[in-house]
Amino acid sequence: MNAPESGGKVKTEFTVLGTTPMRQDGMEKVTGAARFGDDIHLPGMLHGKLLRSPHAHARIKSIDTRKAAAMKGVRAVITGADMPTLNAGIIAAGEGGEVNMQDIADNCMARDRVFYDGHVLAAVAADNPHIAEAACGLIEVEYELLEPVLNVHDAIKAGAPVLHEEYTPGAFLFPTQKALPNAGRLFLEHGDVDGALAACDFVVEREFSTKAVHQGYIEPHVTTAEWTSEETLTIHTSTQGAFAIRDFLASFMNMPLSKIKVIPMEIGGGFGGKDVVYIDSVAAVLARKSGRPVKIFMSRSEVLRGTGPSPETFIRVKMGCNKAGQLQAADIYLLYEAGAYPGGPIAPGTLCSLTRYNVPNVRLDGYDVFLNKPKMKPYRAPGATQSNFAAESTLADLAEKAGIDPIEMRLINALKPGDMMPMGFPCPPLGSIEMLNAIKTHPHYTAPLEGENRGRGIAYGFWFGAGLASSAEIRANSDGTVNLTTGSADLSGTRNTLGMQAAEQLGIDPALITTNVGDTDSVGYTFQSVGSRTTFATGIAVISACKKLIGEMARRAAMVWEVDAAEVVYAEGMFRLKGDADKRMTFGELCAKADHTGGPLLADASEFPEGVGFQIAANIVDVEVDPETGKVDILRFTALQDVGKAVHPDYVEGQMQGGSVQGIGWALNEEYVFDDQGRLSNPTLLDYRMPTALDVPNIDCTILETPNPGHPFGVRGVGEVPIVPPPAAIRDAIKNAVGIHLCELPMKPAVVLKAIRDQQGNS
Amino acid sequence: MHSFEFSTPTSVSEAVAMLAEQGANARILAGGTDLLIGMRAGRLQPGLVVDAKGIPELLEYQLGSDGLRLGAAVTCRTLYDDPGVVEGYPALIEAVSIIGGIPTQGRATVGGNLCNAAPSGDTIPALIALGAVATLIGPDGPRQLPVEAICLAPGRTALAANELLLSIHIPAPVANSGACYQRFIPRNEMDIAVASVGSSVVLSADGGTFESARIALGSVGPTPIFAQAAGALLAGQPVSDASLQQAADAAEAAATPINDMRGTIEQRKQLINVLTRRTLREAVSRAQA
Ligand SMILES: Cc1cc2nc3c(=O)[nH]c(=O)nc-3n(C[C@H](O)[C@H](O)[C@H](O)COP(=O)(O)OP(=O)(O)OC[C@H]3O[C@@H](n4cnc5c(N)ncnc54)[C@H](O)[C@@H]3O)c2cc1C
Repeated sequence: MNAPESGGKVKTEFTVLGTTPMRQDGMEKVTGAARFGDDIHLPGMLHGKLLRSPHAHARIKSIDTRKAAAMKGVRAVITGADMPTLNAGIIAAGEGGEVNMQDIADNCMARDRVFYDGHVLAAVAADNPHIAEAACGLIEVEYELLEPVLNVHDAIKAGAPVLHEEYTPGAFLFPTQKALPNAGRLFLEHGDVDGALAACDFVVEREFSTKAVHQGYIEPHVTTAEWTSEETLTIHTSTQGAFAIRDFLASFMNMPLSKIKVIPMEIGGGFGGKDVVYIDSVAAVLARKSGRPVKIFMSRSEVLRGTGPSPETFIRVKMGCNKAGQLQAADIYLLYEAGAYPGGPIAPGTLCSLTRYNVPNVRLDGYDVFLNKPKMKPYRAPGATQSNFAAESTLADLAEKAGIDPIEMRLINALKPGDMMPMGFPCPPLGSIEMLNAIKTHPHYTAPLEGENRGRGIAYGFWFGAGLASSAEIRANSDGTVNLTTGSADLSGTRNTLGMQAAEQLGIDPALITTNVGDTDSVGYTFQSVGSRTTFATGIAVISACKKLIGEMARRAAMVWEVDAAEVVYAEGMFRLKGDADKRMTFGELCAKADHTGGPLLADASEFPEGVGFQIAANIVDVEVDPETGKVDILRFTALQDVGKAVHPDYVEGQMQGGSVQGIGWALNEEYVFDDQGRLSNPTLLDYRMPTALDVPNIDCTILETPNPGHPFGVRGVGEVPIVPPPAAIRDAIKNAVGIHLCELPMKPAVVLKAIRDQQGNS
Repeated sequence: MHSFEFSTPTSVSEAVAMLAEQGANARILAGGTDLLIGMRAGRLQPGLVVDAKGIPELLEYQLGSDGLRLGAAVTCRTLYDDPGVVEGYPALIEAVSIIGGIPTQGRATVGGNLCNAAPSGDTIPALIALGAVATLIGPDGPRQLPVEAICLAPGRTALAANELLLSIHIPAPVANSGACYQRFIPRNEMDIAVASVGSSVVLSADGGTFESARIALGSVGPTPIFAQAAGALLAGQPVSDASLQQAADAAEAAATPINDMRGTIEQRKQLINVLTRRTLREAVSRAQA
């Protein structure tokens, strides 16, 4: 990871940023006019269905597709043997790591082995989905069952069944190293951890376990593949990044990038779960074989079984401080499931465990553990919620043991701007102290909390966020309106937040700007909408394109006035000639002159910003625990976050509230439950319990704005960090309500009840 | 989903004739909120689906001095929309107004909930506590069974293959009586009971002594359980924390839960104890009001 750039001067006075214009896609969404992936109906289109393994670990001895292929209405049946073998299996992933593309391809369609319950091993395209489903049932598979590896502890034991005889260690965010037959490792150490711990006045050691949780997007995965010629492929899909889908497909199909066009449809949520290919390549191969377009639409249970959740983890934390509450040392050991293939979120999980505090002596030992579960995927601040729960809870218990106020404990140890970060560079501007002080004085924190079995908790969280490549193209029309196109999928209102940045930079009314999500043929390369990067990084590309456009328009004005372009200045939507008050033209007036000054007005820009500002958030939460049933009700919830600059404050609050709700679900009830053979027992939204409207109170938001020097308007990523602190905050509130020190997620009623009873038994 | 025949009879006799001909191959569709889900998952594959919602007799209900007679296809929503039913049968309302969300309640029926015979069916413990009686009808005419005799195993009922549920009769509440239904779920709506209890009590005129009580349990056995002994031991006892606790302990003893992903044996037994106490307390306060 690179040090953030110091950046140029940051603008602090705004006309557009900070306002809340109507969402451009809002009306279409509420009237149902917006087109999602399943709204694609092409002439002659077939429907694809997938055959998924009922076994967590097995060798495929044979697959007989003859009966399925013979069924009336079936147009193509494929298995792993029909999928192309990759020309380039392993590619560089930055920071010296590598990504094994063959793993990602095999995750879409198994070749000789299935690695988890739900792993796809064959597919059918037929005239309608019912025929395709029935035909899947006619495919005969002979399996040789292999012993499944079902938890991180078993996976790293000597003699455990080995998933991959050879593997490329995972490199999500940061590379891991080959360490064990079923695990890659990330190890960081500085100082004398054992010596410092031995010298501490207070030490707390705890072991935490958390369960796998799904992103829970409303819209299941859907894609339609069409070969528009022998060698050109068009994909309509629901994705967080059309270019990523294009790149994966080019690799899986051994095709040139230019021959694949990916058209991103409106998306019903992603949260990290829609940044990769699952069904697009399968649809493409079915379409090629049948000679017809093929749509594949996953059911909810396929989404839960076959796509990647955030992993189950085991985390041991040992942390010590002196009498003054200054942290002296921390020793953290983390086992994160990678799932069926390497590359889970162990690195960000490990790195975010402590990054918000200054700890002089640290050992971080993280493992990316392969086992027979779905390939784990990013989910909103990937890996950080789990390690935050562990480290933040240990810190809270340490403060309790040392008799130090929980906010003081955090203030004493908080990472401040200029402090050295574990990655080896100083912390950029960040409102850490301001945020912790804001908790102290918040009316929620100072309000009395009355009633039995009620408690208040707090927690503080950190997340990196991402920069990476973005492109934008901007056109000024002859009537003064503007079309802005970027390559960023809009998951959360980013068409507006990008259009608003353009309006701010151009000095025009945001209503004049229409922002589009481009397909891969229509705009420059743009990395996925992940890592809270779109408003930040694509925003920088938009601002650059606007600057170029204004430069070009100033040149045109100079042409009209027959002066040197350097004599033209632009501010607040008006071009002026220096020193001549009569020479002025509005943005719109100049647009109308485009044809006479050299033709259409357009500009584009691509950027790869490094000045990610980092994200911090905190929660204050009140709960009531029913000591007879173990049920926890959230009474009041406040989310605080440093957002740099809130471009559209309503959307910022939406992100804070949405992330908090997902965090509440993770804390209280969400979990993957597997049986002893590794089959997912709860692939439905009845038994995979996401919070309902009655389970969450209104989430009050406090927005703090410490400008990020890495963005011209001070913007930092917003979307991810809100999910980080809620489990630790709720755990703290439960502790303060009934005195139990929970160390597992979810803190569901049975867990809480057992802890209360154990405590009663002990006292 | 498999393909099947769909029929829309307009009289009970027509429906009975279809069942007589098709036997176990036929299934009645009331709201379909269990049936269609089972069919979509492939668990149920009837060759003939018989729509109950075109049969006027099954859609009617009568609220009179002898109680509430519910046609088998009356929806949950119909019941909680009727102030008379809300007033007279709060325990039933507590059950029907937590089945799914509002859209589900507009389709789902009490009859379907009973005939689906899930251990967790929310109306069943309430109906048992209220002393409800079901009327079944087949080619040989109608017969009556108390609700506690309907469910035999998960998804299996005492109905013969050629019988359908015609109606459910709940006796009118007597003086000094009260009832309550509560379930425990990990969330606050849209969930399946980890454990549930329906209780009804009849008190002495001064409200101080139990004359009789009925307690029924959900989700703690293969069928909803009529915890007859737990209710019976209250007869003649004073209303007190101690007597409530005795009944709760007896109800807990009658529960035969299993461990599954929705709850543990220990947790479910504890919940039965807690919910029995809580529902009895509420039933008592309703009786005293
Ligand atoms: C989203 C959702 C949430 C739900 N939540 C709950 C809940 O909280 N609590 C709960 O208890 N249930 C719940 N259910 C299950 C279901 O809604 C209830 O059991 C409902 O009462 C079933 O009624 P129905 O009319 O839809 O039955 P149907 O699905 O029409 O029928 C159920 C079964 O009974 C049979 N049947 C129906 N009527 C007759 C008859 N007259 N004679 C003979 N057999 C008959 C059918 O053949 C079928 O086997 C939920 C379902 C959904 C979809």
